[in-house]
Amino acid sequence: MRRYSAFAIAREALRHHAGWGRAWASPEPKKRYDVIIVGAGGHGLATAYYLGKNHGITNVAVLEKGWLGGGNTGRNTTIIRSNYLQDPSAAIYEKARSLYETLSQDLNMNVMFSPRGVIMLAQTHHEVRGYQRTAHANALQGVATEFIGPARVKELVPIINLDGPRYPVLGGLWQARGGTARHDTVAWGYARACSAMGMDIIQNCAVTGVETESGQVRAVNTSKGRIECGKLALVVAGHSSELAEMAGFRLPIESVALQALVSEPIKPCMDVVVMANTVHGYMSQSDKGEMVIGGGTDGFNNYTQRGSFHHIEETVRALVETFPMISRLKMLRQWGGIVDMTGDRSPILSKTPVGGVYVNCGWGTGGFKSIPGSGWAMAELVAKDAPGPLAAPFGMERFREGRFIDESVAAGVAH
Amino acid sequence: MSARLEGWGRLIDRSEPLTYSFNGRDLRGYRGDTLASALLAAGQVMQGRSFKYHRPRGPVAAGAEEPNALVNLGQGARFEPDQRATTTELFEGLVAESQNHWPSLDFDVGVVNNALARFLPAGFYNKTFMAPRGAWKHVFEPAIRQSAGLGRAPKAADADRYEHLYAHYDVVVVGGGVAGLTAARAAATSGLRVLVMEQAPHWGGRAPVDGGEIDRLDPEGWVRNVVEELEKAKNVTLRRRMMAAGVYDHGYLIGYERVADHTPLDGRPRHRLWRIRAGRIVTATGAIERPLAFAGNDVPGVMLASAMRDYLVNWGAAVGRRVVVVTNNDDAYRTALAMHEAGREVAAVLDARPLVTGALATRVREAGIRVLEGRAIAKVHGRKGVTGVAVTAQAGAGGAVEEIGCDAVAMSGGWSPVVHLWSHCGGKLVWDEAQALFRPDPSRPPTGADGEGFVVTAGAASGALTLAGALADGHDAGKAAAKAMGGKVTRKAAPKAEPEEAQPILPVWIMPAEAGPELKAKMWLDFQNDVKVSDVELAAREGYESVEHTKRYTTLGMATDQGKLSNINGLAVLSQALGQDIPATGTTTFRPPYTPISMASIAGEARGELFQPLRRSPIHDWHEANGAHWEPVGHWRRPYTYPRGAETLAEAVNREVNNTRANVGLLDASTLGKIVVKGPDAGRFLDMMYTNVMSSLPVGKCRYGLMCSENGFLIDDGVVARLAEDTWLCHTTTGGADRIHGHMEDWLQCEWWDWKVYTANLTEQFAQIGVVGPKARAVLEALGGMDLSKEALPFMHWAEGELAGIPARVFRISFSGELSYEIAVPAGRGRELWDRLVEAGEAHGVMPYGTEALHVMRAEKGFIMIGDETDGTVIPQDLGLNWAISKKKEDFLGKRAQERPHMADPERWKLIGLETLDGSVIPDGAYIVADGVNENGQRNTQGRVTSTYFSPTLGRGIAMALLHRGPERMGEEVEIPVLGAGKAPIRARVVETCFFDKPGAKQDV
Repeated sequence: MRRYSAFAIAREALRHHAGWGRAWASPEPKKRYDVIIVGAGGHGLATAYYLGKNHGITNVAVLEKGWLGGGNTGRNTTIIRSNYLQDPSAAIYEKARSLYETLSQDLNMNVMFSPRGVIMLAQTHHEVRGYQRTAHANALQGVATEFIGPARVKELVPIINLDGPRYPVLGGLWQARGGTARHDTVAWGYARACSAMGMDIIQNCAVTGVETESGQVRAVNTSKGRIECGKLALVVAGHSSELAEMAGFRLPIESVALQALVSEPIKPCMDVVVMANTVHGYMSQSDKGEMVIGGGTDGFNNYTQRGSFHHIEETVRALVETFPMISRLKMLRQWGGIVDMTGDRSPILSKTPVGGVYVNCGWGTGGFKSIPGSGWAMAELVAKDAPGPLAAPFGMERFREGRFIDESVAAGVAH
Repeated sequence: MSARLEGWGRLIDRSEPLTYSFNGRDLRGYRGDTLASALLAAGQVMQGRSFKYHRPRGPVAAGAEEPNALVNLGQGARFEPDQRATTTELFEGLVAESQNHWPSLDFDVGVVNNALARFLPAGFYNKTFMAPRGAWKHVFEPAIRQSAGLGRAPKAADADRYEHLYAHYDVVVVGGGVAGLTAARAAATSGLRVLVMEQAPHWGGRAPVDGGEIDRLDPEGWVRNVVEELEKAKNVTLRRRMMAAGVYDHGYLIGYERVADHTPLDGRPRHRLWRIRAGRIVTATGAIERPLAFAGNDVPGVMLASAMRDYLVNWGAAVGRRVVVVTNNDDAYRTALAMHEAGREVAAVLDARPLVTGALATRVREAGIRVLEGRAIAKVHGRKGVTGVAVTAQAGAGGAVEEIGCDAVAMSGGWSPVVHLWSHCGGKLVWDEAQALFRPDPSRPPTGADGEGFVVTAGAASGALTLAGALADGHDAGKAAAKAMGGKVTRKAAPKAEPEEAQPILPVWIMPAEAGPELKAKMWLDFQNDVKVSDVELAAREGYESVEHTKRYTTLGMATDQGKLSNINGLAVLSQALGQDIPATGTTTFRPPYTPISMASIAGEARGELFQPLRRSPIHDWHEANGAHWEPVGHWRRPYTYPRGAETLAEAVNREVNNTRANVGLLDASTLGKIVVKGPDAGRFLDMMYTNVMSSLPVGKCRYGLMCSENGFLIDDGVVARLAEDTWLCHTTTGGADRIHGHMEDWLQCEWWDWKVYTANLTEQFAQIGVVGPKARAVLEALGGMDLSKEALPFMHWAEGELAGIPARVFRISFSGELSYEIAVPAGRGRELWDRLVEAGEAHGVMPYGTEALHVMRAEKGFIMIGDETDGTVIPQDLGLNWAISKKKEDFLGKRAQERPHMADPERWKLIGLETLDGSVIPDGAYIVADGVNENGQRNTQGRVTSTYFSPTLGRGIAMALLHRGPERMGEEVEIPVLGAGKAPIRARVVETCFFDKPGAKQDV
């Protein structure tokens, strides 16, 4: 793998950048792999990366129906935070956040992790109490957050309207080391690092069936033929239920579209990420200058990755109210991504009824921020055929036992 | 230097000159000008700077596709960044400034990026700025952010207003060019309801500029006639300045009408967002000309041939005195002819086609203009304006065969149909090899609920690029749309135009074909984002082979024009680099909106006070007049407390509690949910909804009930009263009323649809007032009316009668531990009752109390509050509410879930009371810690505080908490850490949840 650096760019500049090679190889599938991962999004690629890096397993293929990073990894609003309420969530999201801190250096590719800080606004007394609870929980979980008052909110977000006629800002939960990263580059960086370890990333390769023998996985059938595997990890947010069905089991998952939009780019006006759950909207400003805006999920299940209008109307209303100066900005583009929703809105990292098959899904609207932690925990589960402490609470047997990890308490709708 | 030509400019009104300012300079234009045309007429070609390299730029287009000429428009509360000069209509007093430069448009420090361009190829930021680690956040990123962005951020709130409009049409025609008008005219003869919208301020599209004849009239005259005819038709609505922003499922169409952008301060809403359900949508959205990729194609003065023609014909603004035209198709010859006719010198037409034979070319040659066959531009000379071009062979590598001096270049790389609306909802495209364009594939349209396509394309949007073809296609589209909606089109024939003899286009994606890296690094594809041919080739080389990867790696097509000019050229270059066909590469996804729409228009009227509907209780105005401190609760606003004089909120709450406990308090409880459940199966239904038995409740009595979700978690509580044999009244929490009503209907409609049960949410039909405290009965007796003695109305009973002459239903229920009546009266008489109670209570020391006093009093009594003791993870058993869970019932919602292993686990956290050892108040949200840490290094916990208050009654802090095996641990001491470094934890003793009047003596008197 050619190392990336300012020096390398300078040298290439002298020869019109003709010397750059492929970021990742484009191989044909081999006959057999120790581990096949279905889904070359952030989670699948991170799983592969940590399988190699932490567990020395490199005979790995990552199969992707379309183009790598083309699902929710490339459709989210790039927010990274770990100020979750429940212990298992805080543990895995904080693991992810801390891995993001050094991900650019680990992968030798600049994922632009920018710990610019995340504020979750409290706009009712109930929300104030909720976030004070989260702050207490975070302190015990080793997640650095604090509950701040309106004056500090205004200092961090000068464009905010504290005294909206309906929901005055009463304070906020502030995570100074939360922030954003460049979503595409996270996938590309992992792909490049996996490829450098000798793993095969095979795009345009749709899985059409899972072959089992005596309850144990043997192979997958794909649009590029049959490929044998020792273990199989399904990491296909948005289409998890379909893959599970091929493997012969069912998942407690619903698929819904999450809506997002960006404005036209303007000069910097907001350094931090702001989430306003009472009114249902969140916003940050990208390095390009666009206001990146997210809201809620559609109220019906579907698989089309399209924007719909009614939700962005609610979201934009909320944000115009919160940030009056965006009123005359223009919406440049809107889109939707399909997210897996579980009954408790927490993910599933689990063994399955089929031997050697593992599933990683159900991240709901929290997928991007969890990528490194999810990959780390999933790699351990696959390598050891048993979950480590990060993944253990997220087994899917919890729905049968009633052992939910419910974040709706503090998280509202938005992530 | 003025470039305005006499005798040209069909859209401007020279009798109405307008004054405007650009970068502080006062300039003149005319009514009908766009800002771009006025600036060009004033000789101001350079109008902006590019995004990445800060290169000088002028307009390259004349319409919505413009990537370069973006301005900061307006001032103060009417300031707006990134406004396209090409679609900004001029008005008197318009103030604009160019953007993305410092200190000035003419001299911009940021242009240093241009000098460093070879070090800043696509994706350079992915490969560097990684060391040292902190430098990204503190050094590199801030610098990049400052350099990026375009317009200034607005500072003030928006002074204008906006509105939404809901509409239904059988056929909506998008585009008021000749194809759209033809489609509309055909559809209109069916009598169906037709809407025609045109994004520009004028009808007719390109035809009046391009010339020809329609039904023996010049296009201008024909358009005038047809518009007049449509205006007269009662079933047709016509709208100019209205753009179709997006097509969504089921024929949902968003129209964006710029009502008053060109007439600010005239009192009308600035934008109107049309939310349309359309039976069929005809997209007559035309086509957009493609630039050619040659070195220096971004220098100000290089523009699309059609744009140069538009500026001349529509606005009388001639770009350049000596022009070179470069093309690969016939259409650009129209520009050569127009410029020649306007008296400008056309130095040469460079045509990439080896042999040029078309009729238009012949006319150009006859006008004495040189046509150079098989020729291309090797390089444009000039930085802030064109000074000349180097001519080369298209087939070669760029060796100059001739230098031509000129001050403008008109380029045409062919045309791309506007397929966005077709594609938004899933319509597919097909590559048309002969015309070198993607056009809609009529066999794969976006489909509606009936499985039929609901979008039809018309004219150039279908790929019909000739006048005759567009008219025929428009007529067919209008007919097809009307027919699909059951209409009968009576107009049989399409309008006629002479067929044109045209020579086929030669696809040219790189000019010249064998250009080397030096030239490719100067060929712009995406003008605004500074993406060049070399960048796309670099992406391909590095394995970013999917068109989506290339887009994201290079930012091609991600600028404010969303790739309207760049996408096809970019994916063609990518295809060449990958050695594959263009259809194999495909396009990126087309997303709404077609052009950017204001956030304000999306928000509509819902701003400020109207942001969300505000629900007011019938007593709202009294609260307001008596100094209530408001608390939002759902869409309601409830008094939190009523501070008097210099009281703090906490002091006011304490006074309200003390007075209620000692005398009497009034609570406006009107916001409580009130759902009537009625019918032969109502009892059976409520037995499923509630954990306890409601069917056995006698008429005249009340019972406290709990509702759980299917997963067993407690979701709401309240008092249920049986009003009649088949009628129950269910009280819910304030926030829960709508949700619980929906929850009931969900089960009734989806699961138990054969049960005879009817529900009605009567929350707003009744005002409800709590009269609470030892003197409550005395106050009510003073009102006169029904007997409310202990014997006539015992605790947990209700009765109907009259109070103070008002019909009332009185419930003897208590959420405070005091003698308490809740009195429901018709909403319209709520304020009257409240006023009577205040008068009658005066002698007894009555005071109103708010939600916080309510909370404190219920906590003193150990009553739970949904949302405090519950959070979606708590089951009734956790709260010691087993007494309210029926063991006899076969089933209720949540029963099965509560039997699951984790739910039935004795190790769960359960509700207890906490008394701090030092009497202090525990902070909200605190946790009770246990020893050690868990496997993930988190501090172990054994419980959490759910409610914590200062109790004025007891004079100390009290709290409720969920604690591991709590009820078994009475008297034990626990530790509660407090936030903040070095702060000592609070120690508290585990006690019962009821802190006050445990026997309940006060409430049952």
